[in-house]
Amino acid sequence: MERAITRISHEILERNSGSDSITLLGIPTRGAHLAARIASKIEAIEGRSPQCGTLDITLHRDDLRMRPPRALMPTTIPSLGVENRNVILVDDVLFSGRTIRAALDALGEIGRPASVQLAVLVDRGHRQLPIRADYVGKNLPTSLTQIIKVHFTELDGVDEVTLEEGLA
Amino acid sequence: MRHLLSIADLSAAQAIQILDTAEELSRVSDGPMKKLPTLRGRTIVNLFAEDSTRTRISFEAAAKRLSADVINFSAKGSSVSKGESLKDTAQTLQAMGADAVIIRHSASGAAQRLADSQWMTGSVINAGDGTHEHPSQALLDAFTIRRNLAHGGSDLTGIHVAIVGDILHSRVARSNVLLLTKLGAQVTLVAPPTLLPTGVESWPVSVAYNFDDVIDKVDVVMMLRIQLERMSELFFPNAREYSHYFGLNRDRLKAMKPSAIVMHPGPMNRGLEITADSADSARSVILQQVTNGVTVRMAILYLLLAGSQEL
Repeated sequence: MERAITRISHEILERNSGSDSITLLGIPTRGAHLAARIASKIEAIEGRSPQCGTLDITLHRDDLRMRPPRALMPTTIPSLGVENRNVILVDDVLFSGRTIRAALDALGEIGRPASVQLAVLVDRGHRQLPIRADYVGKNLPTSLTQIIKVHFTELDGVDEVTLEEGLA
Repeated sequence: MRHLLSIADLSAAQAIQILDTAEELSRVSDGPMKKLPTLRGRTIVNLFAEDSTRTRISFEAAAKRLSADVINFSAKGSSVSKGESLKDTAQTLQAMGADAVIIRHSASGAAQRLADSQWMTGSVINAGDGTHEHPSQALLDAFTIRRNLAHGGSDLTGIHVAIVGDILHSRVARSNVLLLTKLGAQVTLVAPPTLLPTGVESWPVSVAYNFDDVIDKVDVVMMLRIQLERMSELFFPNAREYSHYFGLNRDRLKAMKPSAIVMHPGPMNRGLEITADSADSARSVILQQVTNGVTVRMAILYLLLAGSQEL
């Protein structure tokens, strides 16, 4: 996982010619931790920490009506905002793409970025919307019944990605 | 949680969940775009059989910020003034497809009746029923106290609140006593004996008859409105004597702890229970209460309506 984060960080810097124009926004819970990891990696490479915040998308989800109410998570927009920045959305797993659609809606309410890019640790396929990631840690072809879990040391005591067979 | 009828029904954890949700939503209210798509396509009816400015507008603003459609319905100018019963009104609203009804009624228990009946399937939110409860007001008061005094804590442990004035007729006082003590605060009621309800000894509060004994010991002074419209008899000799003994004035304001705050649920009788300079002083968080009212009510609507009702 460490190597994947290092590679993603380098790719982000290469694509955006450094860290000056970028704003990392992690989608809570695990996307926010991943964004913080990428930010500290970029700081180690560039010697400066990039703009990094979190974006809660709960209120923009299209499946709210199908589930019990969810707790809201913090949204913190870094000091320079998103206006005319190259915003990089960060999430742990890319699956149907609906979370990212909701994130794009949430972002649109805050401002108008110069561009929006997407970084994910795992892309497991099965997209239901025309959305793709710009930076992918690992492509993991899965079946719909399998369950992917990403664990971070900060939250779970260990860095790992697990693939479990769910109930068919 | 499907209805919000009284604080008595709420656990401390549920109350804190509402306050935490409001805390997140307040960031939206502070941001450039105030509107969220969360309740798009839901219809919310404001059924107000009793006058109100703050609560009705606050619920309406909260619902609109979450993109719900709001229908305002007041007893005056509707068929209620022709004698239509609560049952027929509720069934009419159900037939029109209301997802939630926010009800204010002069009869205690009106919201409970509506929720227990099979007249309608939507959520019921109590916006004040007679002299019983006013849960959304208590939640916004708790939210305001927590923001000002809890230093990042999730509950109100260690905070001492004085509720002063017409406790007898006040649904705000009832809901606040239940909620604030549930969240760990210490509550002292200050009122003349004629304005205290019978059975107050069994409430989890202490009672004082002399305002000056408690003014320098509390963190929050919550003044209540003297409800002249509910007073069919004389509870105190005259208004001047009441303000002298139980009103908040400049001298009492000076006696308060440096960090203490002044609250009032509104509408105020300036000059009766609170002087104009106390209401407008730097300690007063009365307008913050109004602002917080919208976010807390957004949190209530979100938690009751956003999720699936079947689960």
